[in-house]
Amino acid sequence: MSKIWDIHGGIHPAEHKALSLGGPIRTVPLPPTLILPLSQHIGAPAYPVVGVGDKVLKGQLIAAAKGFVSAPVHAPSSGVISAIEEQTVPHVSGMKAPCIVIQTDGNDSWIEHSANPDYRQKTAAELVALIGDAGITGLGGAGFPSAVKLQPRQPINTLIINATECEPYITADDQLIRERAADILIGIDILAHILGRPERILIGIEDNKPEAQQALASALKNSGNTDNAGAIEVVEFPTKYPSGGEKQLIQILTGEELPSGKLPAELGIVCQNIGTTHAIYRAICHGEALISRLTTVTGQACGKPGNFEVLIGTPVAHLLKEAEFDAQRCPKLIMGGPMMGFALPDTSVPIIKSSNCLLATTAEESPPPPPAQACIRCGHCAEVCPASLLPQQLYWHAQSKNYERLEAHHLADCIECGACSYVCPSSIPLVQYYRAAKGEIRLIAEEKRQSDRARARFEHHQARVEQEEKDKAAKREARKLAAEAAKAKREAEAEIAAANPQAALDASPSAGANDSGELDIVQAALARVAAKKASPEDQRKRFERAIETTAARLQKAQQVLAAMASDDSAEQQIKRDQQRASVEQARLRHQEAKNKLAAIETDQAANGPGDIAAKPATTNTASADPGLDRAAAAIARAQKNAAEQASMSPQQKLQKQRDALEKRLGKAQTRLAQAESEGSEQVEAFNHAVATLSEKLKAADLELASGSQDSGPAKVQTHTTEDSN
Amino acid sequence: MALTRNSSPHAHGPRSTQWVMQQVLIATVPGLIVLTSFFGIGTIINILIASITAIGCEAAVLKLRQRPIGFYLRDYSALVTAVLLGLALPPLAPWWLAVTGTAFAIIIAKHLYGGMGFNPFNPAMIGYVVLLISFPLQMSAWLAPSGLVIDGTVAATPGLRDALQIVFAGNAIDGFTAATPLDAFKHNSGLLVENFYQQTPQFNQGRWAGFGWEWVNIAFLLGGCYLLGRKVFTWHAPVGMLGGLTLMALFNYDGGSSASNGSIIFHLLSGATMFGAFFIVTDPVTSATSNRGRLIYGALIGVILFLIRSWGNYPDALAFGVLLMNFAAPFIDYYTPPRTYGHGKSGTIIHRSKED
Amino acid sequence: MTELSSLELLLTAVLALVALATVFGVILGYAAVTFKVEGNPLVAQIDALLPQTQCGNCGYPGCKPYAQAIVDGEEINKCPPGGQATIDALASLLDVPAPELDAEHGEEAEVKSVAYIREDECIGCTKCIQACPVDAILGAAKLMHTVIADECTGCDLCVEPCPVDCIDMLEIPQTLADWHWQTPLPPAERFARANSDSNIIATDRAA
Ligand code: SF4
Ligand code: SF4
Ligand code: SF4
Repeated sequence: MSKIWDIHGGIHPAEHKALSLGGPIRTVPLPPTLILPLSQHIGAPAYPVVGVGDKVLKGQLIAAAKGFVSAPVHAPSSGVISAIEEQTVPHVSGMKAPCIVIQTDGNDSWIEHSANPDYRQKTAAELVALIGDAGITGLGGAGFPSAVKLQPRQPINTLIINATECEPYITADDQLIRERAADILIGIDILAHILGRPERILIGIEDNKPEAQQALASALKNSGNTDNAGAIEVVEFPTKYPSGGEKQLIQILTGEELPSGKLPAELGIVCQNIGTTHAIYRAICHGEALISRLTTVTGQACGKPGNFEVLIGTPVAHLLKEAEFDAQRCPKLIMGGPMMGFALPDTSVPIIKSSNCLLATTAEESPPPPPAQACIRCGHCAEVCPASLLPQQLYWHAQSKNYERLEAHHLADCIECGACSYVCPSSIPLVQYYRAAKGEIRLIAEEKRQSDRARARFEHHQARVEQEEKDKAAKREARKLAAEAAKAKREAEAEIAAANPQAALDASPSAGANDSGELDIVQAALARVAAKKASPEDQRKRFERAIETTAARLQKAQQVLAAMASDDSAEQQIKRDQQRASVEQARLRHQEAKNKLAAIETDQAANGPGDIAAKPATTNTASADPGLDRAAAAIARAQKNAAEQASMSPQQKLQKQRDALEKRLGKAQTRLAQAESEGSEQVEAFNHAVATLSEKLKAADLELASGSQDSGPAKVQTHTTEDSN
Repeated sequence: MALTRNSSPHAHGPRSTQWVMQQVLIATVPGLIVLTSFFGIGTIINILIASITAIGCEAAVLKLRQRPIGFYLRDYSALVTAVLLGLALPPLAPWWLAVTGTAFAIIIAKHLYGGMGFNPFNPAMIGYVVLLISFPLQMSAWLAPSGLVIDGTVAATPGLRDALQIVFAGNAIDGFTAATPLDAFKHNSGLLVENFYQQTPQFNQGRWAGFGWEWVNIAFLLGGCYLLGRKVFTWHAPVGMLGGLTLMALFNYDGGSSASNGSIIFHLLSGATMFGAFFIVTDPVTSATSNRGRLIYGALIGVILFLIRSWGNYPDALAFGVLLMNFAAPFIDYYTPPRTYGHGKSGTIIHRSKED
Repeated sequence: MTELSSLELLLTAVLALVALATVFGVILGYAAVTFKVEGNPLVAQIDALLPQTQCGNCGYPGCKPYAQAIVDGEEINKCPPGGQATIDALASLLDVPAPELDAEHGEEAEVKSVAYIREDECIGCTKCIQACPVDAILGAAKLMHTVIADECTGCDLCVEPCPVDCIDMLEIPQTLADWHWQTPLPPAERFARANSDSNIIATDRAA
């Protein structure tokens, strides 16, 4: 027998294991409904691949894994999907989560599935894929997807099979080993095959399960088919809670400590629960997905406690009936063991893949926790802590929410085994403090991550807006220069044309690179005129657009100014002046755009017939659909309308924000009316706009009342600026 | 169906704070018996007065603080403070000594700091020091152990009637007092230890460390072993203290010259050594937290004890040593966290958090 | 003679004190230079504590400007999204007593929320995109917009500009993944007491 090591601390709570070890594994009649939570494992929840009303067969995939760390869910029996909805799930929070509900049809008919008894012919990757597809997760309680654990990046020299079952009451693994040791050994052989035949295979088992040990030993002797039978060793060690914790078991069996934050694979170790090996055997050698498990139903409130082979998704109430559960005597129903299990909110929740035990306790068995007293710093908790923490210090800091100190005291290394709470003479709910603090620390870290992201995005946004402003200013400058140059050119051109039209025309065809600049200018002017003539419609549209955008900008600037008006501190005054300047700028640009449009329109009026001829032609070629035509016309009209509206009201707009809103409302109403008369699709949207605008108008009215003293000077100011221009 | 839901674990061990305090009370019994057999009924009277005062004060303060009185009284912590203080006071001390000390210990040293579990200083020792400083005369008037022969007269302890009169009516007890061995040893002027032992009745009638007192210490040692056996506390603090004291005595013992500081056995079995090692130093609330820390904490108390005994103004110094180290306990904690599973060698908390 | 000696005494004392002061001054000065801890500039430290919602509820155009304003003497209780936790953190950073949240700037939300655009109502005006301080809205002119929920800070700024009011602020529901146990009540609160103001000991006050 190989050497074993001791772990720090640990406790010896009353075992109560005999309670459920009376007879063989019992079966449960098919329940009428099965409830299958989409998240029965650690990692991303599965997503349903069936719909309500679908017929499913036993073993059929109903929800597929999402991502690498996830596990699929299969139908445990045949029937019809009756709902995919939120249901209370067996979770410590007692909250609801998405579940697939199956109405069983009683036939229990299997889907076609294929067995692979000669698994040794398959590659590790193929077997891992099969295990993953079978939805196998750790059956010991945590529920980590097994396939993920079986793809270590490091070479594995030790495979540890956890048959410890150190929690009181639970006997599911014990019973499983007693009855199915041979199957388990095949499961272990499959694991060994996948992991490339590790040097050592250690089955860790506490010395309070002599029968199970015996069963394993004799099965080991009888199994001639495993060529690494010699490598398998059943290691017995003294019973002590929590020796079944992964870290603790590794320490007991190998003497090594798993460095904080590392995975066992980094030490060349893979740990699997013994129940999981059995599930893997069923999955590979029988092709059955994980649809049932062994669950201990026990506690003094059960008339006939025992171990049950139960379908995943079976409601707890259905299972408890088999164990002759007496609800009157049971104030607390626990899923899992008394040390780390959680209390269930009611009996409607289903059994899930990780439910190893259902503990129906009487008031005497699990009395309500006595009121906590002050910590007397007796140190009993530190004596029993398997992680060698100082629970009393953790408690102290958790109480004062001093997360920094908690991290310095390695709160993260607490495995929440509950040994400290168990021994605490002051009955302080220590583990709850740690869980709360851990949750809070996680939350803070998440918030920190989010706020860092937001900060980065905000800064980026800020930089972008600034850059845009700069670009715009630069463009404006360039345009101004260009406009001046163009004006100068035009004048020069006009002069030349007036002085010597013939020469200009004559010179144009033979204009060379070495010709005079004057000729060039004339050419450019001609080209421009030609271009204008070529697409007057385009031009017009462009200016209309320009009017629209400048109007919007103007309006926005005014809004800002109006908002500022309500605050009259010294800095605000300066800012307001700045804002006024920008309002003025916007107004000027708006005016400019309108002037240009007007110029074009006169231009077009001059070229009237041509224009009219061109218009229908463009629309016709654009689209043959009369509906679209109408819409396009409506848009054009609306734009024109907007332009007109805008051209009518700049002065009033500058007077009062409210007026502007009124105009907008009017505009929107006109739009709405027009849209309605056109039967446009935007009626709905315009309706909304009108409603919002009238609301805003009301708000503006109110605001106006409060900020009226300010709007006076503002008006004067703008007028002056306008005049000076 | 309304099911209770609380955080795991759903099982609880058999121990409670009451149980811990009861064990401490039980463990004082051998010491109390020996004290009574040597010094008479006085100690029991002390304990009774202190207990009544303690319970009264505790109840009054709890009422003021609007805490459930019964719930907190049942943790026995006030009683433990009272009993420890009662044991430490000289037998047949006037009644108001016990009352003042206990009241101070409970009201000021315990509750003003937040009550049980929050007091940074050992309340019994605070009470003791307050009395020692305020009433040095009464505090150093120890009876001669009964059976000790001084100048031909055999010391005897007063009966119950006399004792009550002394305690409550203030009758004189002059005839019965005698220096404690520690006191006597301190006033050794110019004699070799061997000669001094031969000349002093406290020592020539005793076996190892002074008549009577050595048995008192052995009795407390016995009680301490009981507590260790029941795993009420770990061995670290008491062993630390006794070790510290032993080492100091060893290094400073010159074989018995006139300037000698006393042998190891003398120090271990005289005064409040054993009482302190198992009943005061082990007070969990005010000591260091980790085992390593408790070892250091105890050892330093042992060192201070020796220093004050040998060179200080007071014959015994348990209370000062303990209070001084109460101060230092958080500091010790800071530098002595245990090595957590999966972490490298342990350093101070702050250093490790920087590494991480 | 006696006069002289007392003068001497005085001189000695003064000299000794001066010497001591010099020595310690040198030591302290040396320590101040040698062991100086280069910290983040205060603005960055404060900014790191602010929730980065960028909502402007504090009256400044974002968290960083508010951080700057705090450095310049602004109150620390104007950030409703951060709530009391942020105020406490700021108070401990700046070593000032923590005030209550200034209700004038809004209240601390119980649950965080994100913006949600009712997409079939969106007219694609891009107004919300311009309002969003963290560019969390995706869309282009005349095309439907949508909020990238993970990036949204819940600042509320996009709701007002929307001309058709199609943006809702939805509370983020709690899921199994982010549920966690709450810290048990401190003993003072476990014992329901008649009048919590009459605590005679500081630690009795509810934490
Ligand atoms: S066991 Fe309880 S009372 Fe003792 S030190 Fe730990 S937390 Fe405090
Ligand atoms: S719950 Fe955490 S602190 Fe308590 S004994 Fe277990 S590992 Fe240690
Ligand atoms: S989407 Fe809206 S609520 Fe969310 S961050 Fe952007 S502006 Fe704020």
